[in-house]
Amino acid sequence: MTELDTDRTAEADPSDAAAPVTAADVREPLLRVRDLTKDFPIRAGIIRRQVGAVHAVDHVSFDLYQQETLGVVGESGCGKSTMGRSLLRLIEPTDGTVMFQDVDVTAADKSTLRELRRDLQMVFQDPYASLSPRMPVRDIVAEPMRIHGAGKKESRARVDDLLRRVGLLPEHGNRYPHEFSGGQRQRIGIARALALRPKIIVLDEPVSALDVSIQAQVLNLLEDLQEEFDLSLIFIAHDLAVVRHASDRVAVMYLGRIVELADRATLYKEPTHPYTRSLMSAVPLADPHRERARRRIILEGDVPSPANPPPGCHFHTRCPIAQERCRVERPELREIRPGQQTACHFPIMEGETLIGRAEAIGADVTVVGDTGT
Amino acid sequence: MTPEGGGTATADQPLIDVRNLSVGFKTGGGVVQAVTDVSFTIERGGVLAVVGESGSGKSVTALALMRLHPKTAVITGEVWFDGYEVLGLPMDQMRHIRGNDIAMIFQDPMTAMNPVFTVGNQIEEGVRTHREVSKHDAQKRAVELLDLVGVPEPKRRAAQYPHEFSGGMRQRAMIAMAIANDPKLLIADEPTTALDVTVQAQVMEVLRDVRQETGAAMMLITHDLGLVAGSADRVNVMYASRLFETGSIDEIFYDSRNPYTRALLGSVPDLEGEHLERLVAIPGNPPSLLNPPAGCPFRPRCTERIPKCSEAVPELVEISDGHLSRCFRAHELTPLAEMF
Repeated sequence: MTELDTDRTAEADPSDAAAPVTAADVREPLLRVRDLTKDFPIRAGIIRRQVGAVHAVDHVSFDLYQQETLGVVGESGCGKSTMGRSLLRLIEPTDGTVMFQDVDVTAADKSTLRELRRDLQMVFQDPYASLSPRMPVRDIVAEPMRIHGAGKKESRARVDDLLRRVGLLPEHGNRYPHEFSGGQRQRIGIARALALRPKIIVLDEPVSALDVSIQAQVLNLLEDLQEEFDLSLIFIAHDLAVVRHASDRVAVMYLGRIVELADRATLYKEPTHPYTRSLMSAVPLADPHRERARRRIILEGDVPSPANPPPGCHFHTRCPIAQERCRVERPELREIRPGQQTACHFPIMEGETLIGRAEAIGADVTVVGDTGT
Repeated sequence: MTPEGGGTATADQPLIDVRNLSVGFKTGGGVVQAVTDVSFTIERGGVLAVVGESGSGKSVTALALMRLHPKTAVITGEVWFDGYEVLGLPMDQMRHIRGNDIAMIFQDPMTAMNPVFTVGNQIEEGVRTHREVSKHDAQKRAVELLDLVGVPEPKRRAAQYPHEFSGGMRQRAMIAMAIANDPKLLIADEPTTALDVTVQAQVMEVLRDVRQETGAAMMLITHDLGLVAGSADRVNVMYASRLFETGSIDEIFYDSRNPYTRALLGSVPDLEGEHLERLVAIPGNPPSLLNPPAGCPFRPRCTERIPKCSEAVPELVEISDGHLSRCFRAHELTPLAEMF
């Protein structure tokens, strides 16, 4: 029957269109990221000579506005986690700048960086690995405050308050992480991140390890906290549907680069990059009727190694509509519509579909679904 | 090849008929009831999806069908496969069925494969364990199978080791191994959970193709309701070791009569559609299986609970032929179709 892309336009959602992105355009960004790059050296031989580099993050630029959630989505090895960590200099970036308000994070010395950590916090994917098993929860949550000079009494009152705000009880503070379920541990991780009243939190796959009913609890909690604490969030995840629920704007990454960046409504309704389209068509819908009716493109092959990415557009080896130009020339991320940037020489525009384009140029693609009814 | 003797299977009988299966594990703190009184069937060529959250008993059910459960398990009930009662079979006959009639695909192909043998070797081993074929023919078959599951350059790849395969290719090789002896039933336990979404789509497509090719039935264990929607024809919903609802795919997704199933469907973030408002989170956590609370195990998290729910565990009630729900109020719940 219908194709994925057209299906989505038909189901235009009024609440979608009202996403608070237009207001962001007039405001000053809270965080400005320009050409952020991280290369990991590949060493070989007895003297560990550098023989190459993995370009984990490759000239990534974006802005983050106040009380906004920027989703970052991509498959494994796309550099999304490295990008998140480089922003906070948990990994030293190789190149590029990160400006937080007027402070250059990338050039900050040790003491400035420590001050910056008050404002820039992180929540990790694995709530089992990121909480010390030997510390009671109260100490885990209070630790950042102690490091930043809060007294014992003061921090105790705040910990109780924080635990309550993330949906736990103050008496839970006496327990150890192993006594909690995965969802509760993630709440503890969030409470710790909130302890210093940060302005920005980078969340790296915060709900991926959780069951779906618990995942919904944590997503709803984040939404509440964002409003309450006036937070800006960078929400890194591989799950497109989760990112859609959590984000105001979304960046799609592939092999270290942002290939598309747009506000949520536009990205999910009118994605222009063939990779974004392929990714969406690969996600199964939890609705048998729609799932049976849609036609989807199945990408060939795996994501290439970031140590040896293809020249030109990184995606050209798997792209169903790649042309000669894509093999030689890197497409820059450029604005093609207000609020939508794409890094593609031949973006899919105005009612076109990826399958339609691929068929029109006679590309050899695997399309499934569509029984012709 | 089936075990000698017994076997009175006929074509109209279900391929798998599980009756009142219970699996408990003895631990220091008492018996943990991982599966409680579960009954279901799988038709020949059919696809049954088993969904539920971690700890709901879905994987243990599958392992019990294969009799791959740990020795500490206490099992009661019956599992009829193709005319044989599997739980009572002597081990040598069980080995005939395992890998031959029933094959399993695991979540993590890296740990399910032997790192010191080539991928080709491991497929050949499966073929030669169950069939009298020459080494040469087994090698040929391994290459054919790799080709069938879409591994490019199958001849060269057969000589490689598992670590030389990407995650998606490894899972294809696992599928090749599983279908080597034309099994009647494939049990796939979270087969794509470790894979990226574009690779997941490829692997699900391969599974569809090989089922068409071999006519095998499939038991698909997953927490991903999207995968269920695209590939199953029947669904079992499990919660806290029990079957909570079973029905055709449409009955479960569009006419569920169980509060847990409904809550589960409501908590899935959607890629399309209008429900961009808050997700319907299920409050609380699943109960402990060691000392389950009295009454319905879902009661503390349920929006539809009534006083009766704390007194006894509800029985499965029939909604229509083949559609059962474990809820005292199954018949009173507003049909989903009338809610929107």
